[in-house]
Amino acid sequence: MHAGPAGSAAPSHGATSPYVPPPGAVDLPAVLAVEPHTLPPDAPARRRLGPVFWTCAAWVALMVALAAAAPLLHLPKPNFQNYSAINSGPSLHHLLGTDELGRDLLSRIVWGSRVSLVIGFGAIAIGMTLGGTAGMVAGYLGRWVDSTLNAGSFVILAFPPLLAIMVVEAFWRPVATWKLIVMFGVAATPQLFRVVRATTLSFATREFVLAARALGASPARVIRRELLPNVAPAAVSFALIGVAIAIVLEGSLAFLGLSVSLPTASLGNVINEAAQQTNLQANPLAAVWPSLYIFLLLVALNLMADRLQARFEVREVKL
Amino acid sequence: MSLLRRTTRATASFPDVAQLEGPLLEVRDLRTAFCTPRGAVRAVDGVTLSLERGRTLGIVGESGSGKTMLARSIMGLLPSTGVECSGSVRFAGTELRSLPPAALRQVWGTQIAMVFQDPMTALNPVVRVGRQLTEALRLRLGLDRRAAYDTAVSLLASVGIPAPELRMRAYPHELSGGMRQRVMIAIALACGPRLLLADEPTTGLDVTVQAQILDLLDQQRQERSMAMILVTHDLGVVAAHTDAIAVMYAGRIVERAPTAELFAHTRMPYTEALLRSIPRMSDPPGVRLRTIPGRPPDLLSPPPGCRFAPRCPYAQDRCHREEPPLRTAGPDHEFRCWYPVGSDEAAAALARNVAAGMPAAVAFAAPAHGSGRPVVSAPPAAGPPQADGPAPVRVPDPDDRRRAR
Repeated sequence: MHAGPAGSAAPSHGATSPYVPPPGAVDLPAVLAVEPHTLPPDAPARRRLGPVFWTCAAWVALMVALAAAAPLLHLPKPNFQNYSAINSGPSLHHLLGTDELGRDLLSRIVWGSRVSLVIGFGAIAIGMTLGGTAGMVAGYLGRWVDSTLNAGSFVILAFPPLLAIMVVEAFWRPVATWKLIVMFGVAATPQLFRVVRATTLSFATREFVLAARALGASPARVIRRELLPNVAPAAVSFALIGVAIAIVLEGSLAFLGLSVSLPTASLGNVINEAAQQTNLQANPLAAVWPSLYIFLLLVALNLMADRLQARFEVREVKL
Repeated sequence: MSLLRRTTRATASFPDVAQLEGPLLEVRDLRTAFCTPRGAVRAVDGVTLSLERGRTLGIVGESGSGKTMLARSIMGLLPSTGVECSGSVRFAGTELRSLPPAALRQVWGTQIAMVFQDPMTALNPVVRVGRQLTEALRLRLGLDRRAAYDTAVSLLASVGIPAPELRMRAYPHELSGGMRQRVMIAIALACGPRLLLADEPTTGLDVTVQAQILDLLDQQRQERSMAMILVTHDLGVVAAHTDAIAVMYAGRIVERAPTAELFAHTRMPYTEALLRSIPRMSDPPGVRLRTIPGRPPDLLSPPPGCRFAPRCPYAQDRCHREEPPLRTAGPDHEFRCWYPVGSDEAAAALARNVAAGMPAAVAFAAPAHGSGRPVVSAPPAAGPPQADGPAPVRVPDPDDRRRAR
């Protein structure tokens, strides 16, 4: 009964020509047919990410590329000790000098940044997956789902992250990079959860969500297709700051000697070793370089987050 | 046309409209209440109505009369918490109220769709128009990317959007209000629903665009032999675009009649008051609008008798005590009133009230203009220039022009 008309209807779509104006439609002049999406040359600056963002992005990309390509670079091994150049200043052989054991600082920083960056981005990836998903689900579904997840986030938030990680570490030996990623990720989850949940809440009651439901979209679909595009900008810019925080947290942990075990280089380990009192007096530069590295990375990540937020902050303006 | 046929294939569980016996939609004693700390707010309070396929029903009422909640209750699109809903909504022979959420989602979009009030907020601001359209097509009708795109373009063209292929890539903020409402309508029509609920589809729009949108809805309804419920507060809007009208007051339907009958033989004083409040072109300039004094009752504790009684010029003691039942006046004409407009009792009741000095009655009985009725003493900027006497000098205020309109 239905098969006939349905079958005959299908080809008519395939054959649809690009645009057939409906009968009676006004044929617009070609002026209106120009691409509407190119920004006018005098578009306000806030519509663009701007040079600051791109400079910072380039810097972060460079650091990530250096870290990723560390084995390919023509650098001394990070743990190789050159006894003929202990605590030496910058030279052609050792561009940033060496530490108290004669290890090349540039190499240690590059190899150390591998650990720090993996921990930073990895932890936030985990936090975002857990916290972000939970935040959107809680924000959209509400009710007992929201109460439960909210309570859970408070439980995790109640522990100071550094202290909690130290305690967990004591029972979860030996320390490994992946364990640090997991612990940092769990520690970051409630923060990301709260941001994502709050942002989701502000969109969940909007009419376009109701409209999507009225078309038969399931909750999963509403979350993915309607809410995610709205929540993502805020979440991403917060996540960038989260990466910076995780890197600093790794540094603090290393300072207490609780990060990845020595002699493996991480940025925190490098700073920690260089900042021992005797070393600091003998070779202050050894502590300056890794600190500078972290500082510049943090500034870049923060500025990126700022610009992203300014650019993607969508406000419906009613004229 | 092709869209409709696809739909019947996609949802085989619903009988074909053409074979359906009886009305498409039957609502019986529908009640929706919000649970608030102060008690239950009965937004929809025992509504019964039916709609034949291909017909248009207008639901008219003031703000807060429950008309939007009625539309959402019919659809089952209510908040998940704090709402109590009872009664029966039968659509094409299926009881919607007893359907589980997943089954209800199958009905939404392909069987019943909704056009929302505010085109500014009902589109996702960060998703391109094209994707918002193809989304429904791909999800509900199972079209592939290409077919969904082609269908979406032809849908946009059919709702009168010029250069639809370009608009497919536009974000909602790049479109005007009228365009967005057209997109909303296109999305609602995408899956070929049999019943379209249009919840004040023209409230956010310019008057000139309003007429276009209503004509568009009408045209689409006829082309698709789709039934429509048009929710509005504007009797002028429904007059030309509906087959029947239900007037809502305080969560109840107080009068229901075929459109022509309602305008010709108004029975319910509330309907009469609504009709009188429409400004007329023939009115002399400066006439005060004939508003309905007072405001709709508190839905937490509606008055015991007729809910309109406190504002009604005809109200008698009985109206305050006993709620009038639904009475019939001719075929398909129902109303709730003890003293229906046009009857001798009503005239006597009005005369009694005027004699007793009841404000609502006195204001009602006063002539629309002339000595008995106060003429607007508007600031000069708001009214037309007055012939007698010079206009006082005023500091121009940019807001004034808007207010004057």
